[in-house]
Amino acid sequence: MRTNKNAGFFPGAQGLILEEPLIFELSVPGRTGYSIPEDDLPDLPESVMPSGNLMRDDIPGMPEVSEVDIVRHYTRLSTWNYSIDHGFYPLGSCTMKYNPKVNDRTVSLPGFANLHPLVPPKHAQGALRLMHELGEYLKEISGLDAITLQPSAGAQGELTGMLMIKAYHESRGDRDRSIVLIPDSAHGTNPASCTVAGFTTKTLTSGNDGCIDLEELQSQLNDHVAAIMLTNPNTLGIFEKNACRIARMVHDAGGLIYMDGANLNALMGIVKPGQLGADILHINLHKTFSTPHGGGGPGSGPVAVNAALEPFLPIPRVIRTDDTFAWDYDKPMSIGQMHNFYGNFGVLVRAYTYIRSMGAAGLREAAETAVINANYIRVKLREHYQIAYDRICMHECIFNDLNQQKFGVSTLDIAKRLMDYGFHPPTIYFPLIVKGALMIEPTETESIETIDQFIRAMIEIDRETKSQPDLLHQAPIRTKRKRLDETLAARNPILRWTPDLNFPSQPD
Amino acid sequence: MRYIPLTQDQRRQILKEIGVSSVEELFESIPSNLRLNQPLDLPPSLSEWAVQRLLTGLAESNADSDKSPCFLGAGAYRHYIPAVVSSLGNRQEFVTAYTPYQPEVSQGTLQALFEYQTMMTQLTGLPVSNASMYDGAMATAEAALLAFRTTKKSLLAVSRALAPGYRKTLETYTRHQEITIRELPVTPEGRTDPEAVQSVLKENPAAILIQSPNFFGVIEDLSLLSSHINNTGSMLITVVNEAVSLGILKSPGDTGADIVCGDAHSMGLPISYGGPYLGFMTVKEKFLRQIPGRVVGMTVDKDRRTGFVNTLSTREQHIRREKATSNICTNQALCATVAGIFMATLGRKGLRELAFLNMKKSAYLKQRIGSLKNCRLTFTGPTFNEFAVTLNEPVERINRKLTEKGIIGGYDLSPDYPEYPDTVLLCATELTTREHIDNLISILEDLGRVS
Amino acid sequence: MNYPADFRYSKDHEWFKMIDDSTGAIGITHYAQDQLGDVVFVELPEIGKKLEKNDVFGVVESVKAAVDCYMPLSGEIIAINELIEKQADILNSDPHGEGWMIKVRIDNPDEGSDLMDKAAYLAFLEELE
Repeated sequence: MRTNKNAGFFPGAQGLILEEPLIFELSVPGRTGYSIPEDDLPDLPESVMPSGNLMRDDIPGMPEVSEVDIVRHYTRLSTWNYSIDHGFYPLGSCTMKYNPKVNDRTVSLPGFANLHPLVPPKHAQGALRLMHELGEYLKEISGLDAITLQPSAGAQGELTGMLMIKAYHESRGDRDRSIVLIPDSAHGTNPASCTVAGFTTKTLTSGNDGCIDLEELQSQLNDHVAAIMLTNPNTLGIFEKNACRIARMVHDAGGLIYMDGANLNALMGIVKPGQLGADILHINLHKTFSTPHGGGGPGSGPVAVNAALEPFLPIPRVIRTDDTFAWDYDKPMSIGQMHNFYGNFGVLVRAYTYIRSMGAAGLREAAETAVINANYIRVKLREHYQIAYDRICMHECIFNDLNQQKFGVSTLDIAKRLMDYGFHPPTIYFPLIVKGALMIEPTETESIETIDQFIRAMIEIDRETKSQPDLLHQAPIRTKRKRLDETLAARNPILRWTPDLNFPSQPD
Repeated sequence: MRYIPLTQDQRRQILKEIGVSSVEELFESIPSNLRLNQPLDLPPSLSEWAVQRLLTGLAESNADSDKSPCFLGAGAYRHYIPAVVSSLGNRQEFVTAYTPYQPEVSQGTLQALFEYQTMMTQLTGLPVSNASMYDGAMATAEAALLAFRTTKKSLLAVSRALAPGYRKTLETYTRHQEITIRELPVTPEGRTDPEAVQSVLKENPAAILIQSPNFFGVIEDLSLLSSHINNTGSMLITVVNEAVSLGILKSPGDTGADIVCGDAHSMGLPISYGGPYLGFMTVKEKFLRQIPGRVVGMTVDKDRRTGFVNTLSTREQHIRREKATSNICTNQALCATVAGIFMATLGRKGLRELAFLNMKKSAYLKQRIGSLKNCRLTFTGPTFNEFAVTLNEPVERINRKLTEKGIIGGYDLSPDYPEYPDTVLLCATELTTREHIDNLISILEDLGRVS
Repeated sequence: MNYPADFRYSKDHEWFKMIDDSTGAIGITHYAQDQLGDVVFVELPEIGKKLEKNDVFGVVESVKAAVDCYMPLSGEIIAINELIEKQADILNSDPHGEGWMIKVRIDNPDEGSDLMDKAAYLAFLEELE
């Protein structure tokens, strides 16, 4: 343990938390807080306006509050969130790295924020150049030949990729390839995306080492297999050591390799997924490329592909002629559009800003440091928590609660207790193949002092497990709300406020 | 690197504690012949100042619609964003949180989304809202998939006046489902033909998709259409991509919609070259367990105090995997939060007033256009803040001339709708001043004289 | 927990009980509800629907999981338990009684020959532990 200002304490503390009702409960009839641009027009004859039977008189229930009410309301709400700006957020598979503030500034530049998507390309050269260059950078990082920036999130990237795989096989007259193989450690979006794309999925049972079992794979391969969806490093934080062999086997059987790039933070600048045999890769800009997550989006999920799949990319595509950029809709083999316009452009501006800030060396250093930090946590906690697969990990490490189960303490209790110590819990109960999983991803933007503090909290919680397990069952006790009743929420769904709402209370 | 706090000394020390002699050892599971031995071919790292300068340069080579009068709408609508909305929407506690997987430390996002859901139900007139989708096009595709799942029928009847980008996205999403898409023609009013609706109903479609105001800006007679559709076993999906219109138009729920979906970027989001926007969906109570995406519900904590959680999760991909109602995971939560702040700020009166002003600005523009000799209104139906005008020369040519005068012209309908040649969609919002309009009219007048 | 001796049990943890020669009741076992945790929602088939053995007849959802329920024998749905549609927690409190899910008119009782009796099911559960 190091001596530094973080050594003696934990950030978790009891602070003054302000209560705040629903915005609707603050409403006072007749109160307003808005300012609308002046009406500079003469009165118009009624005949030019739409007729009354199409109109409504009122929007019942909509709040009537002052600007001060709004400011206090949302400011108070915001203080009930834990965010990356508050502290350590080791949410496995989510890559909660620090979001540089300069990204906020660039995305707000009027030339981006006020740019209408339908202006002629001549008036959008800066935006188009940015998209084109970002695409080039991501191609270089992924080692693939072509890219679309259109998908709005990782799951839409997966769907885009799977639709392209379908189109690819069909274009070759190979119409019987309807099966996609998915390891049992995969994220739930993988099978869900396959279903929307019209595939059926088959689960591959992982081997004892957490990697794909080559024999199992061989037994499932046949000429109905369209593709395999691989996450690499996989969701256990382990590099699929046989990636190239898997790629050869699947390619030999006529299938394609879809790589889920959720964990690209471990690989960028170290190895190119294209060289590992990936034909298609989606990239989560809101993970690896530091764009914020916004409490659940917007994200962005660009999809990079090799040359054989290029004709199937969504339209429109940015094209460059000399030094001029334009949109190209004329791609007859394209799967079509995934978005009304071009995707989450604002997120692309942030990712572009990040890559230009980091440069090649910075991106590699990020990957290396992310892996160093995860391995440090692995060796520091393995005496206290059972590790799922004890070997060098990539950017995240996975423990379980077997040591703590003996004392009646579960992963959920550990996670909730971490909040009291001032940390966001890791991802829990995922991947499904590790019972009671605690999936810890520190990222590269955390200092070793912060990580040490987290490690001490985890060790402290292990000690509490033995001495006062009930404390853990009660946790969290320092948050605005204690454990929430998810059963009540699901059995009796209340999804909106109404004037006559009976606020729920627990049945005795 | 400025965002990586590990010092070189610490790095050496930590590698020792891990028990490896170099960082390369940590990557030994990756075949050594594939590991890069040279840096990626990317531009070098820049200082924050240089990055900002670079991006400012890129931004300034775009057209700033705040500086030039702009008559473009067609699915992306410019509105004034109150300072309070930007200020609160940029609070980093909202911006830099992840999806609220741990509700005890996410009550801010969760309550804000619950309030957003409530306001969307008030605006759209249907009782169940999700917490956002990617954009209006994707929300429309998901609505069609919901109808397909629920009714187990395979025909979708889609108005020709549905935004072309929505139509194309819908086609991409449904291509590998057993779904047939049939198009419903429009009348000279610019509305979906009610007779075509009646006749397609005989074929028992899963749903009928009607956008209102439609892509031509015309307000559909939803009450009339729903009187044909309701109680036939087919669903009415009403699409709205100019959400500000909901401040003054009868709510789609009140006019018989089973699902309302579309885009609410108008509620406080910048037009930002087309995204991030805000897909939304509200449904009738009976489709509660079929709605795709995240849904926030009210509950209590251990001390029986009110709180919020993501609920009905068993519909979602992380539990149902291949049987989920949708593959969506990350959505547009921050956009929904911002839209909630916008709606609450404008409130009961302001949303109505804003909608009225949009309608009035557009009516004024329409009235002035109507008086010109060299163009005519393409459709006779009532419109909200946008309408189609048929010119006597190609739109492209007119727009080029407008550009020379520093004006961003309207959207050329002809490429998507060859049956309406030389036709432009003009949009006027509360940001369009009388001066902008009068100026446009006098330029068009001059052009008429010349040609 | 008492596993009734006159029930037959499937490997998917459904139970089947003969009511008379041609009809029976179906539900999920105590073990199944225990694994699921608090049941929040039950989806049941339409009355009159004919299902084959191993077809999905319903879905049981808890907060964290959703499982399909499979027909232990082929038959036609003649009744569903509307009570559990409103009060799903009955599946937790009384899975073998009040928490029955459907009643069926069975095509062929012999199809149930692969179902386990109480002793075999208890042994099967022990294996799972």
